[in-house]
Amino acid sequence: MDLHFTSARASAAERAVIDAALRQVQDDAGGRPRSRRHLALPVLHAVQDNFGWISAGALNYAGERLAVAPADLYGVATFYKLLRTTESPLRIVHVCDDIACLSAGAQQVVAAMEGSGAAWERSPCLGQCDRAPATLVVEAGAQRNPPAAAAPPVIGGSNLRLLRRAGKIDPESLDEYRAHGGYAALRAAFTLGPQRIAGEVDASKLLGRGGAAFPTGRKMAAVAAEPSRPHYLICNADESEPGTFKDRVLLEQDPFAIVEAMTIAAYATGCEYAFIYIRGEYPLAAARVANAIARARAAGLLGDDVMGSGARLEIEVRRGAGAYICGEETALFNSIEGKRGEPRSKPPFPVQSGLFGKPTLVNNVETLANLPLIVLEGGAEFARIGTPGSTGTRLFCLSGAVAKPGLYEVPHGVTLGELIELAGGVPRGRRLQAVLLGGAAGTFVAPDALTMRLTFEDARAARATLGSGVVMLFDETADMVAILRRIAAFFRDESCGQCVPCRIGTVRQAEALRRRDFALVDEIGRAMRDASICGLGQTAANAIESARRNLNVW
Amino acid sequence: MVDLTIDGAPVRVPEGSTILDACTSLGIDTPTLCFLESLTPVNACRVCVVELESSRALVPACARRVEPAMVVTTDSPRVRHSRKMVLEFLASSVDLSTAPDARRYCDRYGADPGRYGAAPETVAQPVKIDNALYVRDYAKCILCYKCVEACGADAQNTFAIAVAGRGFDARISTEYDVPLPDSACVYCGNCIGVCPTGALMFASEHELRRRGEWNEARQTRTDTICSYCGVGCTLTLHVQENAIVKVTSPIENSVTGGHLCVKGRFGFEYVQNRPDDEGAPS
Repeated sequence: MDLHFTSARASAAERAVIDAALRQVQDDAGGRPRSRRHLALPVLHAVQDNFGWISAGALNYAGERLAVAPADLYGVATFYKLLRTTESPLRIVHVCDDIACLSAGAQQVVAAMEGSGAAWERSPCLGQCDRAPATLVVEAGAQRNPPAAAAPPVIGGSNLRLLRRAGKIDPESLDEYRAHGGYAALRAAFTLGPQRIAGEVDASKLLGRGGAAFPTGRKMAAVAAEPSRPHYLICNADESEPGTFKDRVLLEQDPFAIVEAMTIAAYATGCEYAFIYIRGEYPLAAARVANAIARARAAGLLGDDVMGSGARLEIEVRRGAGAYICGEETALFNSIEGKRGEPRSKPPFPVQSGLFGKPTLVNNVETLANLPLIVLEGGAEFARIGTPGSTGTRLFCLSGAVAKPGLYEVPHGVTLGELIELAGGVPRGRRLQAVLLGGAAGTFVAPDALTMRLTFEDARAARATLGSGVVMLFDETADMVAILRRIAAFFRDESCGQCVPCRIGTVRQAEALRRRDFALVDEIGRAMRDASICGLGQTAANAIESARRNLNVW
Repeated sequence: MVDLTIDGAPVRVPEGSTILDACTSLGIDTPTLCFLESLTPVNACRVCVVELESSRALVPACARRVEPAMVVTTDSPRVRHSRKMVLEFLASSVDLSTAPDARRYCDRYGADPGRYGAAPETVAQPVKIDNALYVRDYAKCILCYKCVEACGADAQNTFAIAVAGRGFDARISTEYDVPLPDSACVYCGNCIGVCPTGALMFASEHELRRRGEWNEARQTRTDTICSYCGVGCTLTLHVQENAIVKVTSPIENSVTGGHLCVKGRFGFEYVQNRPDDEGAPS
């Protein structure tokens, strides 16, 4: 391609970082050269990590090496909030002022930062609602520190399955993972063969845990049956729904389990190449997963002959860069392909035409984490847990006005009240005002919903959603109007901007809410739900509408 | 051939057609803003949405391919509501003064952009005038992506501009917003040719409008063949007071598909470089 660049030149240091990043990602990919545009995000990350921003010269050089026009690459870089295109400090504190942190004293953190002289900025939910108010220090430069290990998370529930190893073993040790049952499921999977694995998953009636609740077995069977090759597997770890931190805990505390689960899913669907896309605000999770992949590969559990079975699989870690929308599966494809993370129209559906236009299986982290259990115990046995319509256990992220915020694993069918009791109830003798189920795209329910069983079918009947497992509590002192405004601001900030109903509708929704023009809020909500391209715009009014329906806010 | 039903009427169209094609074959006038026959549909404006039985959300007529036995409704209250809201969103945030199609649709759907408060957020910003040939007034931009497509793989393959930023702050930009002369722009003007709102405009038209002298009623349009090379592009010369004020090419022209190069688009000064010429814009 004949590309034109401005006269801005990269420094020698910038060129070295970009050259090294290109070598690195190609080595990680098992040395198989492919076209280059899909390396845009890793290369931009490398520049950002080393210099704290992406200069015009560095962008030009990256464009030359990737054969991408500079205007195009600038469009990509400016899409992501963690990539900066103006000169910036090497150390920036990201202060979460999203809904869980807002009720937990985020304003005091903001006030402290304002007086500190440190570089800081406000951030949407950082996925650390269990330790609200949360901050994330993002460091750049050659001297930057590796991601710090945080205090172990609060984990609760009875008869833990997905969380049985979390916090109990060294997450960096393959030996410990194997000593605690790891890789028994993959061995069993190779004995079963792809078709019987798919059959067991089907029998398990497992539904996706990312929010959309699609039958996992159906998706797997569809990808496996596609004649077009190659097939791709993507583990969607772009967990960004406000209030959600379950995938972070799984990835940080039991990363080998996700690598093993991905290996099973890939084998069952004929994928030889997989990506795990981890949100940019989860550096520790990304480091631990990368370590797990490297160790598994060294032990022959990934690579050209997995466990001596003849099956091949490479897994590549991709880091997001600050964009909620990239959790939408088609936006995620574009992000991996080195484009702006704008959703695509469906159809075609990912199982037919997904990443690089090929059949693609996309599953949430928690969904995949169920596969080893299903393979080991059989789908029918798995389905005995929970209810007929909602099988298995479920991870719930408890945050807000609750005594013991943390990650709780319970069988589907436990009531909302029982789950809250497990986490110690509302502290300080206060009265519960509202519970947000499913995150910013979810539903507010009033205390009368405490008797609701936590299943897909009960939630649907109550016009609610379990979404990504968010259970955020608000006591009588919470300013619900402020919470609703923050949710509206979240969607305004996170809209990709592609379609008019969402790009402008989210702005108008926030404005109308401020003016308390509720008739207009309703009209805007209907248009966003009906006419937006993707789930972000289609659900951007959900929480606000449910608050009007279920809570006596105004 | 594919059989489907639109607004209760059966219709048969070739496989691969869009719902928009099928609507057009029935004589249904579907509003579109980001759609153009010569470009890949991006279905971003959503003004063409229709109701499709079995689909939870509305679907874009311009991009959705027909399938056998589809049941489509194009004028239901849901469709009218979404179209009206989309037009209100645009009219309340973008200057549509030079966008006749959008304004016509606003009238048709009863859009009332005044009901969004005293000071709704808009994309108002200064006009970019950084070269002699055309101006960019992004206060008039509805972000339809057409200019990016025409500059890129759908026509020119120059890639001088792209969508940058995100959400309401998304905008069309060169890298780091450098002026056009520093960018990859080759001044083919194909972005102007596809712009539906006048955000991209010939400098000559912009200047006449600024002086209040732009008058389409007094303009003639004359088709000719470009004399610069052997390709034989059809040019449409827009002439006001015996001076060429703009050059376009018919989109249905088999040679150009509506696109030109810098010479055909802007190389007309020599025609009117006459010592006694007083009518030409300076």
